Amino acid sequence: MSKFLDYLEFRQDHLTELAIEHAQVVAIALVIAAVIGISTGIAVYRSERATTVALAIVGTFLTIPSFALLALFIPIFGLGYEPTVVALVMYALLPIVRNTVTGLQEVDPAVVESAQGMGMSRTRRLMRIELPLAWPIILTGLRVSALLLIGIAAIAAAVNGPGLGEDIFSGLARIGSATATNMVLGGVLGVIVLALLSDLFFLLLGRLTTSRGTRA
Amino acid sequence: MSTPEQTPLAAAAVAQGRATIVEADGEHARLARLGRYLIQPAVLVVACLALFLWLNSLELDSIEKRRINADFISQALWEQIKLVVASTFFVVVIAVSLGVVVTRPWARFLSPVVLAVANIGQAVPSIGLLVILALVWDIGFTPALVALVAYSVVPVLRNTMVGLQQVDRSLLEAGRGMGMTKTAVLVRIELPLAVPVILAGVRTALIINVGTATLATFTGAGGLGDLINNGLRLGRQPVIVTGAALTAILALTIDWLAGIAEDVLRPKGL
Repeated sequence: MSKFLDYLEFRQDHLTELAIEHAQVVAIALVIAAVIGISTGIAVYRSERATTVALAIVGTFLTIPSFALLALFIPIFGLGYEPTVVALVMYALLPIVRNTVTGLQEVDPAVVESAQGMGMSRTRRLMRIELPLAWPIILTGLRVSALLLIGIAAIAAAVNGPGLGEDIFSGLARIGSATATNMVLGGVLGVIVLALLSDLFFLLLGRLTTSRGTRA
Repeated sequence: MSTPEQTPLAAAAVAQGRATIVEADGEHARLARLGRYLIQPAVLVVACLALFLWLNSLELDSIEKRRINADFISQALWEQIKLVVASTFFVVVIAVSLGVVVTRPWARFLSPVVLAVANIGQAVPSIGLLVILALVWDIGFTPALVALVAYSVVPVLRNTMVGLQQVDRSLLEAGRGMGMTKTAVLVRIELPLAVPVILAGVRTALIINVGTATLATFTGAGGLGDLINNGLRLGRQPVIVTGAALTAILALTIDWLAGIAEDVLRPKGL
């Protein structure tokens, strides 16, 4: 145990660097997925048929094993950063689209109607009434996606992607040697810490961005 | 990570639960069912054909031919299916019994503890769990199987608990009033009513297991990941694409079968 702590101290800079890379690629993918996912949710939530089709498509993405999806992108994007980001975006879509649709559908129709009665246009109703009311649920979708991506990003190292997976795979390559276990545990622990930090971040973001009147 | 909805696996389970609810009513239900039953397999067959034709159009060298042939592929496929089926079997046995135990009145205080432990466990990446077990135990089939089981037990456990808890209490009392024993109430009322929710969890576990089993190649347990991994190390794109495409097709086929099983196994009248 103390040996592991020594290792962590010794490799502190390296692990921090990998953790930042890891968080960065997840953040980039999450922002892209949020833009695509929330717009898709807004586009489909009024039609049950469109919702079913959209959810079926993004659900299919999540069914494809991550290692396979990363590998399928190699002929298109090569190795490294790009296939990782594209794959992560695809995996993040389901929770975001689903929660956007759910959040918007759960807005009380009476509230929307009174906004219409006040003379608000379709766009204004969406921006001022529906989206703020749906926001806590959309944010939960983003939080779920973030956790999902932090775990999946660890596999990206298999296609030379960035992040903490590098130490997990390097440790595996040194199986039998003294440092192998330390490297793997360092990488795994880093991923867990990132997951906890991300949860904390979304908790704070929720506090800061939820409209005061709707806060429970 | 305190409430169930907020972890990815729960989300996936909820997503599927919601999907079935959405599909259960209205006119578009037919569209959804048609899509699931007919369009999905048609797309998969076309994907298989496209892969086959593409491989036929290539001049494979000897290294590629050693991997892209019926023997190598069927062995990898068989290893993958063995991992998925065995792990899902153990997950169902373990998670359903554990779920039944922690929802009994005398053990109900355990529920939040079990859920908290399960939630924290979900933060461990699947590849990390596989590799740790390979390091501290051994490489090969059994450690990979254990990693798969440990990683996918949560959705089934959670859905079993949710499914059992949502059963109307008055139904249980009615059963007891009719003179049924507690076991009879569990087997004849509670479990059948919980089956749709449990099945949604099993489907999620299956999908997770197909994904994690693809990573088992890194710990010497074989599977279709072998093709991808070999292709990567040898720098042979046809091998990579064959492995990746077959893995994706297998995952979507299993999901399709699980969807049909969900519809067929749901107790009549629910």
